[in-house]
Amino acid sequence: MKIGVLALQGAVREHVRMLEQSGVEAVPVKRNHELEGLDGLVIPGGESTTISKLMHQYDLMEPVKEMGRKGRPLFGTCAGLILLAKRIEGMEGSHLGLMDITVRRNAFGRQRESFEARLDVKGVAEDYEAVFIRAPYISEAGPEVDVLSALEGRTVIVRQGPFLGASFHPELTEDHRLHSYFAEMVKESRTEKTNTV
Amino acid sequence: METNHHQTGTDRVKRGMAEMQKGGVIMDVVNAEQAQIAERAGAVAVMALERVPADIRAAGGVARMADPTVIEEVMNAVSIPVMAKSRIGHFVESRLLEAMGVDYIDESEVLTPADELYHVDKQAFTVPFVCGARDLGEALRRIGEGASMIRTKGEPGTGNVVEAVRHMRRMVGEIRKVKGMTRDELMAEAKNLGAPYDLLLQVHETGKLPVVNFAAGGIATPADAALMMQLGSDGVFVGSGIFKSANPEKYARAIVEATTHYEDYALIAELSKGLGEPMKGIEMDRLEESDRMQERGW
Repeated sequence: MKIGVLALQGAVREHVRMLEQSGVEAVPVKRNHELEGLDGLVIPGGESTTISKLMHQYDLMEPVKEMGRKGRPLFGTCAGLILLAKRIEGMEGSHLGLMDITVRRNAFGRQRESFEARLDVKGVAEDYEAVFIRAPYISEAGPEVDVLSALEGRTVIVRQGPFLGASFHPELTEDHRLHSYFAEMVKESRTEKTNTV
Repeated sequence: METNHHQTGTDRVKRGMAEMQKGGVIMDVVNAEQAQIAERAGAVAVMALERVPADIRAAGGVARMADPTVIEEVMNAVSIPVMAKSRIGHFVESRLLEAMGVDYIDESEVLTPADELYHVDKQAFTVPFVCGARDLGEALRRIGEGASMIRTKGEPGTGNVVEAVRHMRRMVGEIRKVKGMTRDELMAEAKNLGAPYDLLLQVHETGKLPVVNFAAGGIATPADAALMMQLGSDGVFVGSGIFKSANPEKYARAIVEATTHYEDYALIAELSKGLGEPMKGIEMDRLEESDRMQERGW
């Protein structure tokens, strides 16, 4: 089992380390041919405008969408969550547009307002440390979206089938419970794949 | 699904912001239009200035924090983070920038220092700081004061990468040396470098700086950016290089892509085609001692 981390910009090393600590093989991905043979992909935090621009420039948008359509698990954190969303407030269109959610960018304010908080994550973790940096949140989630955690009524972790999204940076702490949960999602999707063959 | 109170301005929040900039390019801009060009080109942040370093150099006189009007104009024009510079030791300029909601403050040698002895106590701020350094000791002194990100000083506004290379090589070399030392050698090395012992111990244990380290000061071409990435930078600042070039939009895009794909030589060659005249540049021995910005700060 091998999980990729999109390595165009942002906190790539940290995600690789967290996945390895969760006991899975993780590789950075810069070009579309490197997506071959991956069982799942993490889209890290960084600047969503930069990452999306580079994804278009290097023909990664379609192949990643295709991975998602085939049911391969994708995990987006912060900027990665924005890329997964179908709707982005104040913006025409979307990037990957795979999750039935609306996100609001920089929703908690500027860097000055960035913060740490502790979350309970439904079925995953209690008292989970989360680092929010110029973070977005999910202002609207469709009926098929499972809300896993909210902060004062604002949704911050969602799952829809093979897609997992967090509005903060799980890669910046030492707590790899969310990464382990994603690794488990990838493992399950592999089993399903084998069963249907 | 409930939570306790938020904590702002923690080390993790401040340093984490710089982690999100890794692999990216931060560009100097002087107005809304340039800021939008930078954002469209894929910059991860912009540095709002009244003048780029090359023009500061040319103008002479005392260089201060930019007019808040310029900074606000830039903040309103883009959704990526906005940084701004305050003078070394000028904690009131820093507080003004924080009050305005700037995302990152650069306590910068590009401006005329306000204090010849002391840098700003950056720990006391909620907003993170980036500071310049020429070697490991200087980097750790700034981190000790609370800097959440380091960049090489290089020699700003020259379009000459030689000083940035010197500083990055020195820093990386010193980190390697400290990593290989035995524990009983560390206190003497802390004294040699003028570095706080606890931070030096961290470098010894982890083999890296405790914060993100970018390259700055003289990066003018896509190849310069790739060179700095290969020497171990986490990302690059491009100051005068972009908007002093003939075709800023194309130039900015090329530098962003060369920074991401810094090992793909065929691609960087392609990106470097027909970029037009880069900024003219200055040779170091043509620069008077008193004009060397890197000597500012300690």
